Amino acid sequence: MGLKKMLFIPLIAVLLAIVGVTRSMPQLMDVRYLLDSSTLYVETGLLALGMTLVIISGNIDLSVGSNLVLTACLVAKLFERGWSISLVLVAACLLGTSFGALNGIMVAKFRLPSFLVTLGTMALYRGAAQAALGPASIKLPGGFKGIDQARLFGLPWPVLIFFALAIGFAYLLHRTFLGRWIFSVGSNERASVYSGVPTDRVKISVFAITGLMAGIGALLLDSRLGVARYDVARGIELDSITIAVLGGTAIQGGKGTVLGTVSALALVAFAKTAMGVANVKAEYQLTAMGLLLVLAVLLTNLAGKFSARAIA
Amino acid sequence: MRQYSGSGKQAPWNTWQEAISIHRERTALALIGLVCFATGLKEPRFFQAQSVESVLLWMPLITVAAMGELIVILSGGIDISIGSMLGFSGIGVGLIFKANPHLPIAAALSAGFAIGFLLGTTNGVIISWGRVPPLVVTIATLASFRGLTFLLSRGDQIDSSMIPDSLTSLAHRGIPLGSLTFSWLLVFALGICFLTALFLRFSRLGRKLFAVGGNAEAAYLRGISISRTTFVAYAICGALAGLAGVMYAARFGFVNPGSAGQNFELTVIAAVVIGGTKLTGGEGSVLGVLLGCLLLSCINVALSVLGIEANWQMLTYGLVILAAIITDGARTRSRRWA
Repeated sequence: MGLKKMLFIPLIAVLLAIVGVTRSMPQLMDVRYLLDSSTLYVETGLLALGMTLVIISGNIDLSVGSNLVLTACLVAKLFERGWSISLVLVAACLLGTSFGALNGIMVAKFRLPSFLVTLGTMALYRGAAQAALGPASIKLPGGFKGIDQARLFGLPWPVLIFFALAIGFAYLLHRTFLGRWIFSVGSNERASVYSGVPTDRVKISVFAITGLMAGIGALLLDSRLGVARYDVARGIELDSITIAVLGGTAIQGGKGTVLGTVSALALVAFAKTAMGVANVKAEYQLTAMGLLLVLAVLLTNLAGKFSARAIA
Repeated sequence: MRQYSGSGKQAPWNTWQEAISIHRERTALALIGLVCFATGLKEPRFFQAQSVESVLLWMPLITVAAMGELIVILSGGIDISIGSMLGFSGIGVGLIFKANPHLPIAAALSAGFAIGFLLGTTNGVIISWGRVPPLVVTIATLASFRGLTFLLSRGDQIDSSMIPDSLTSLAHRGIPLGSLTFSWLLVFALGICFLTALFLRFSRLGRKLFAVGGNAEAAYLRGISISRTTFVAYAICGALAGLAGVMYAARFGFVNPGSAGQNFELTVIAAVVIGGTKLTGGEGSVLGVLLGCLLLSCINVALSVLGIEANWQMLTYGLVILAAIITDGARTRSRRWA
């Protein structure tokens, strides 16, 4: 199955879901309500963008959620010390990026498998957040809160930020050297080394960019919730992996598009909003997301098998 | 892995020194010594019977689940859904007890084993025959099984009133030895370790696990079915996690659908890694993992004896896992995860 065709699966699914659900739940078609709910999924979306790059490069990052939470907690700590908003914005981006780059350095320079490294940092970052804050929750200053309420041309700011970054990602992945190198490292690392691709630098950048997304996500999360806690955003790594894979990113690396990920995010956000309206409990939504991930990979594998047969 | 040739009647080691050699386990032993020494120096209470007993009370749960994880990691995979399988089977067995309170303990243990086996089978089928990377499958079932646990329990906790005293007494009574008591849970866990060791050393399937984890292609060319072997590893891992679920009910006297076994996979993986198991498969020993479990239990008790809050626990696990991966680096170099 070609890439272009694979992209249409989530798009068609979105349309079907919208048609099917809105017939049974007309109240869901309130555009204002949908826009309000969409801000809930912006952090997940940012992580999914980063995850797309990581998975295309043949790696995985389990620590994104923990990175986001640790940065969010540190941001609150910095505000407590009286840092100004603009300084904190810069610091959050730097912190997220360096936590991500740390993963990348261990993967690239020490040649360790990414799923093990990020499993370790998943515990480490979340643990550091817990050690820093304990069970307490820190309130954030009033001027920093409520970005999800602010709008420009009727669109919430987080959504605008997400689309701006998504366009940036699309450009980076599909129009630059780094983007081509990410694909090349993901499809055949040895061949990339022989053709002069700086594979170590590519891997570190991919993890660092994902870390940057976690940093920006942390700012948005803090501003939306108004408090920082160590135990928020649980399971967000599962969601972001699911979205990337559902959007046609090959779990083995080497294939994927930003547009696919964005449309898969739209599907998941819509599905979750619909489940919320239908009063489906959070735990069942968790079950559904797990099933969705397994099904997405299974279907892609099956599709690959059939198309391989067709070629043979 | 050593290569063993010959008729198969030959024992898998050559001298008795080799049979009890502990080269892989040295790190864990040294760290246990270090943790105990440092904690004892700061707080002599650590060597009193009470602390030692709480170390021994920590161990059984971790040990049983770690044996399952060891088998999976030996086969070249990973299972991070252990905590959710533990929770599911704990709730399942609790509900069975609620329905008939006079159930014998053996039946409860078998029920937990069977529930865990079914969950592990689900993982195994998708991984072996669906060709989905184990990490992806088990991160998905980590969420799904937890959700199903809520579905099963309707959000209610299994209280101590529903769990018979005969089960909870397993954690409090046992074989007295001096001023210490070795609880039945610990005896049971050590029995499981012994069986796992026998299984890995002497059974055909056990040797196949090493072969597939060490070099899947070579194993395949030798006529070993890779999918069947990995499938069995996940099924056993699930079954042992199920047993651990029953032991959880015995140890704590209640099972909460949300918190039972949460983050347990990190503890277990840390124990397996620190025990000298090669994380990419094919190398590892039951003794090493047992020492790893002892180390983690020591760390847990040391943290509380030293008055360091429980908040530092996860950070410690993260550091342990990372340190083990990095020192193990020379052996795990550059393996793709999918």
